[in-house]
Amino acid sequence: MATRTAVVGDKERRRPMERARQATLVRHLTVALVAGLVLYVVSNALSAFDNLQLATMAYSFTAVAGLTVLTGLNGQVSLGHGAFMCIGAYATAKLLGEGTDHLPLALVLLLAALITAVGGVLAGAAAARLRGPYLAGATLALAVGLPTIADRFPTFLGASNGLTVIPSTPPASLGATFPLERWQAWITCLGALIVYVLLANLMRSRYGRAFRAVRDDEVAAELAGLHVARVQVLAFVVSAACAGLGGGLFVVVTQLAAPGAFALTLSVALLAAVVLGGLGSLWGAALGSAAIVLIPQWSDDLSKSLSLSSNVQANLALAVYGALLIGVMLAAPRGLAGAFDWVHQQVRRASTRREEEEQA
Amino acid sequence: MTRFIDLTLNGIANGAIYAAVALSLVLIWRATRILNFAQAGMLMITTFIAWSAIDHGASYWVGFALALLSGLVLGAVVERTVIRPVEGAPPLNAVIVTLGLLVLLQAIAGMIWGGNPHSFPPAFSIKGYNIADHTVLFSPADLFGVLVVAAVMVVLLLLFQRTSLGLRMRASAFEPEVARLLGVRVGHMFTIGWALASLAGSLAGVLVAPNVFVAPNAFDSVLVFGFTAAVLGGLESPPGAVVGGVVVGLALSYVSGYAGASVVTLGALAILVAVLMIRPSGLFAPAAARRV
Amino acid sequence: MLEVLDLETAYGPVRALRGVSFDVPKGTITAVLGANGAGKTSLLRTLSGLVRPRAGRIVLDGADVSRTPVEQLVRRGMAHVPEGRGVIAELSVEENLRLGGLWRGDGGRGGLDEMYDLFPRLGERRGQPAHTLSGGERQMLAIGRALMAKPRLLLLDEPSLGLAPQVTARIMGLLARLRDESGLTVLLVEQNAKSALSVADRGIVLNLGRVVASDTPAALSADDGLRHAYLGF
Repeated sequence: MATRTAVVGDKERRRPMERARQATLVRHLTVALVAGLVLYVVSNALSAFDNLQLATMAYSFTAVAGLTVLTGLNGQVSLGHGAFMCIGAYATAKLLGEGTDHLPLALVLLLAALITAVGGVLAGAAAARLRGPYLAGATLALAVGLPTIADRFPTFLGASNGLTVIPSTPPASLGATFPLERWQAWITCLGALIVYVLLANLMRSRYGRAFRAVRDDEVAAELAGLHVARVQVLAFVVSAACAGLGGGLFVVVTQLAAPGAFALTLSVALLAAVVLGGLGSLWGAALGSAAIVLIPQWSDDLSKSLSLSSNVQANLALAVYGALLIGVMLAAPRGLAGAFDWVHQQVRRASTRREEEEQA
Repeated sequence: MTRFIDLTLNGIANGAIYAAVALSLVLIWRATRILNFAQAGMLMITTFIAWSAIDHGASYWVGFALALLSGLVLGAVVERTVIRPVEGAPPLNAVIVTLGLLVLLQAIAGMIWGGNPHSFPPAFSIKGYNIADHTVLFSPADLFGVLVVAAVMVVLLLLFQRTSLGLRMRASAFEPEVARLLGVRVGHMFTIGWALASLAGSLAGVLVAPNVFVAPNAFDSVLVFGFTAAVLGGLESPPGAVVGGVVVGLALSYVSGYAGASVVTLGALAILVAVLMIRPSGLFAPAAARRV
Repeated sequence: MLEVLDLETAYGPVRALRGVSFDVPKGTITAVLGANGAGKTSLLRTLSGLVRPRAGRIVLDGADVSRTPVEQLVRRGMAHVPEGRGVIAELSVEENLRLGGLWRGDGGRGGLDEMYDLFPRLGERRGQPAHTLSGGERQMLAIGRALMAKPRLLLLDEPSLGLAPQVTARIMGLLARLRDESGLTVLLVEQNAKSALSVADRGIVLNLGRVVASDTPAALSADDGLRHAYLGF
């Protein structure tokens, strides 16, 4: 009798872990499904312009979510993710070509993400050797330098005018009057939800743990058996692929891939979204993406309604943006997600205190 | 051959400007461990201030002095208000704050002076010297730039190495806590460091303004190149910043001259990546361990 | 010279000092002893102002300095040699020394010669960067730098750390000499209780942030239980 239960068999040990893993996946899928339903309902009620905003937030989310995993989870600050969106956008534009005769859109976007992932391998391998300000400098140079390649190959890459594509029209089954913007919102939101599920699972998996371990203490991680450089490259590749998908979705929405759209301000905006939402938080990435789309919009509306001078009007959005970045960093360094956490903690502390008082 | 000499001289002239920007970045990094992405915005504002004065009839030299003076003030103000709260925080916070400041400064400049580029007078003639019947790509204005940047370097070097203030500033940069125990007002030292760094940046601004014209976004490329120079030289080393500036100036000049102006930014990127792959902490990274 | 009254210090939820009180009479060496984590370093950091106390008072020569900023305490006559020495590696030996005397306003050069008399080895290496010095020399440099400020009270945090026994003995001898010849008051934190007690006039034992014993070295050494529990010999 003693030998039967003496050792926990491999199979028994594996079962609870698999169950846990499946539970996580199910949970994330459920969240995605619910979010998808909400977005479906919302997009049906929105105007064309608002649907466009929604689509913009969605493709921003794919890039921001990837970046928050890289910077928040793995600790590598990248000022160059606009460059990865650029790669994804141009790859998508080239694959879609001039006319309507092209691969299915889903396949195109997948290929664009993969192509960008290759770029991510190269960048990640270089980045793995760099730390802190040197990484920031290198990625800054990437952000500024990469789009200029378009000028070097004007025929292939369209120079400063860029490449245009024909918009992907909604299928006939949805009706002839189905608005293009709603269709674009659906595509981009689907992309965003897929990215959410993938990243949420990744963050909970052993890869996510490896990312965090390397961020917290490289030496300890190496001693624990993790190959630090490989982990860092993986994080880069994942985030680059997400940004590449974002770039592809960008082309779906704007029908244009041009260097001007991927200037340094884009990379700054992505990082701002990560920080505003809270490092390493996917919810934060969603909030941050909404922020970087809505804040310029609201500032524009504000300046128009106050009928300020044209110089002020043209720059108010940027001024608000900059001031907000500074303000959030000084007042709430952990971003919106951090602020929610703090409120949550305060509420919990208050309720436990009340319980203690009642018990006394 | 003459083309090579031309490009070399041109590279040195530009290199002086990049060196000044790199120096300002290195000074701030050494003092407060922050990479000042807002430097482009700060030197843009001080150049605009100089331009305003000149536009209202002041002489070039009044504008020049005003740029340097406002640089000192702006650096001190920025450090005291916006940077002080993030000095001990995780580096990402300072990155965001300086980026936010850059955006804010550019927007403010746009509101005050508009987006159109304005021309800015050079210190001296921009017509190249005539040597052996050939007009080289190096003018009195360029010579002035090189000399004044060199002079500022020397002054800063003397300040840091020979004066008590410089000793206090170096101590504050290396070991702020120990410096406080020794009675050094470390906060003041940081403020002074930022003021001096901003002075160097303003100098770069007025020197480069005639070439790029004065507009809110006109100095972005100067920042990128100055950044490259600072990182190349290794952020710990002011002489490294100077060497980095000259190297970047020369390299970009050759790239522009032999491969075309459109690939200049790519060229900077390629140089940066190449150097960092070989020496991840820059060319002049110090070998000595810091903790004793 | 120094009175500490009910001092409490905490780092977030961790309470490092829980109501510490003691006196340091002028011209004496007082040793603060105890195991790792007892609160010895926290005590010095609180005294020199690096950490704000949560409660209690610090009185230096009759003046309440509990809330005085760090940079000012040197002017009040208190010098702190931190744990790990805090020698600034990139600066030269002479620059380190001058730093100690800078606040007096003479470029820190006054008193340099006396330091070189006291520490001839430092004199030999005056132009070298501090990171080329051996551990013992760095400790001398750190002490010399603190002495440049001509303090009345010297706080020393674990000077024997990482040093050979002979070097430690030399440092303790130096402290005794300074006390005897210049009337310097010393508060000495040490894990090496034996060597500290060999020169101290009084010993205070800390455990978990509280004072558990305060007596002469002879009395402390005689108490076997105390010795085994807290002093390690």
